[in-house]
Amino acid sequence: MNVRFIEKRTMMDAEEMRWSLRRISHQVIENNPRLKKICIIGIRKRGDILAKRIAITLGELTSWDIKVGVLDITLYRDDLTTYGPKPLIGPTHFPCHIDDLHVLLVDDVIHTGRTIRAALDEIVDYGRPSTVKLAVMVNRSGRELPIMPDYSGTSVNLASGEEVKVNLLETDGEDSVKIVEVSIDNE
Amino acid sequence: MNRKDLLGIEDLSREEIEEILSVAESMEEILERPIKIAPTLRGITVANLFFEPSTRTLNSFALAEKRLSADYINLSASSSSILKGETLLDTAKNIQAMEVDIIVIRHSIPGAPHFLAERLDASVINAGDGAHEHPTQALLDLNTIRKKMSTFDNLKVAIIGDIEHSRVARSLILGLNKMGAKAHICGPPTLIPKWMDTFDVTINYNLEEVLPDKDIIYILRLQMERQHESFIPSIREYIKYYSLTYERLKKYASPEVLIMHAGPINRGIEIESRVADSEYSLILDQVISGVAVRMSILYLLSRQKTNEDSN
Repeated sequence: MNVRFIEKRTMMDAEEMRWSLRRISHQVIENNPRLKKICIIGIRKRGDILAKRIAITLGELTSWDIKVGVLDITLYRDDLTTYGPKPLIGPTHFPCHIDDLHVLLVDDVIHTGRTIRAALDEIVDYGRPSTVKLAVMVNRSGRELPIMPDYSGTSVNLASGEEVKVNLLETDGEDSVKIVEVSIDNE
Repeated sequence: MNRKDLLGIEDLSREEIEEILSVAESMEEILERPIKIAPTLRGITVANLFFEPSTRTLNSFALAEKRLSADYINLSASSSSILKGETLLDTAKNIQAMEVDIIVIRHSIPGAPHFLAERLDASVINAGDGAHEHPTQALLDLNTIRKKMSTFDNLKVAIIGDIEHSRVARSLILGLNKMGAKAHICGPPTLIPKWMDTFDVTINYNLEEVLPDKDIIYILRLQMERQHESFIPSIREYIKYYSLTYERLKKYASPEVLIMHAGPINRGIEIESRVADSEYSLILDQVISGVAVRMSILYLLSRQKTNEDSN
């Protein structure tokens, strides 16, 4: 079985992504004017890179004490039984105790909401943050759980067979959000 | 990793060993959390069948199962129907009938885990079969070494003592060779089996010649309970020639050497207390690695099994 992605259209280019991340950062500040300390946790992989970028912008705009962490949710998935072979487990790293802290969870795409459910379960195993907010680059419709992002770069409704792909300079060689068609050849 | 059972290091490829060690690294992170538990194996049931005494291995498996939220039962020979004459296969089939997904077995007969693996749908993990193999011990030893050394390539490991009765030594030598390290064997000639020359190892009967320029010295327990015949003239003579004393360590070994021992330790026999408790010792690091490596193995095997079910 071969899975191929056929590029259909570009939703966002590098410039538009940069503006979205700046807007999200400003919204975070606007909603939390008296905040002193924040822990930004990105979900591997790509959410952790976006988390770092938001942290840099927030660092330029505020004097907050900003910590950045990374979360791998593989061990918390509810679909380990059906997932394809060899899900690699990446590192999870929390930069500090998260008890009574404001946590901003960051991921590239929210779709069914199951990844965020797993991430929330993992976070509560580390401690009891006073709030957890969610920022995503793309809010794709099709939720299977009652979870909504607090901040999002863009929203999209896709047909079946279509996927949204967030490309980042660090992992994919460019910054862009693209709609792709998934094609599976059974050879 | 694409297999139902973990029966021995002999069957594993270098890539599979590396995968187990890499997943173990993620598992170690769970063990450092305030709440040391992940829901990964919820709904999976494990039976720990121990037909030989064990504290370290059994508890390490039980803890690994708990940390990944699996359900488990412990069965030991002394408290089961084995005493009433039930065969191994009947015992195992009965356990499997209770919807057990993974069976961890320790047995005094070499090949007992292989015998069950062929006949059961459940995954089988060998936790020691006679003097044959003890793969999870070798994997945790490799994990302990990996954390201290940058590479296995050309690593020189001395393995000292009772090789004849040691499944730990056999699995470890196979593991070291697969990873590109070299094992140097030392012990009384009566405790080094003839088949040892079929392995890629050097053999030397003189401890003081073996100690210099080794990266790791792995001490084996003198297995008194397995010595029905006389393999050594006396314990006192064994200590005189083969005990790793602090004096010998300082005089012959490299100052950067690290000491390992699979436990339980016979203090004052194969290793002096002062060495076991010294800064060279990785003995407690091995125990910590044990839980993480067993979590890794349980995770990799259970996933494989559930994949098969869904197809």
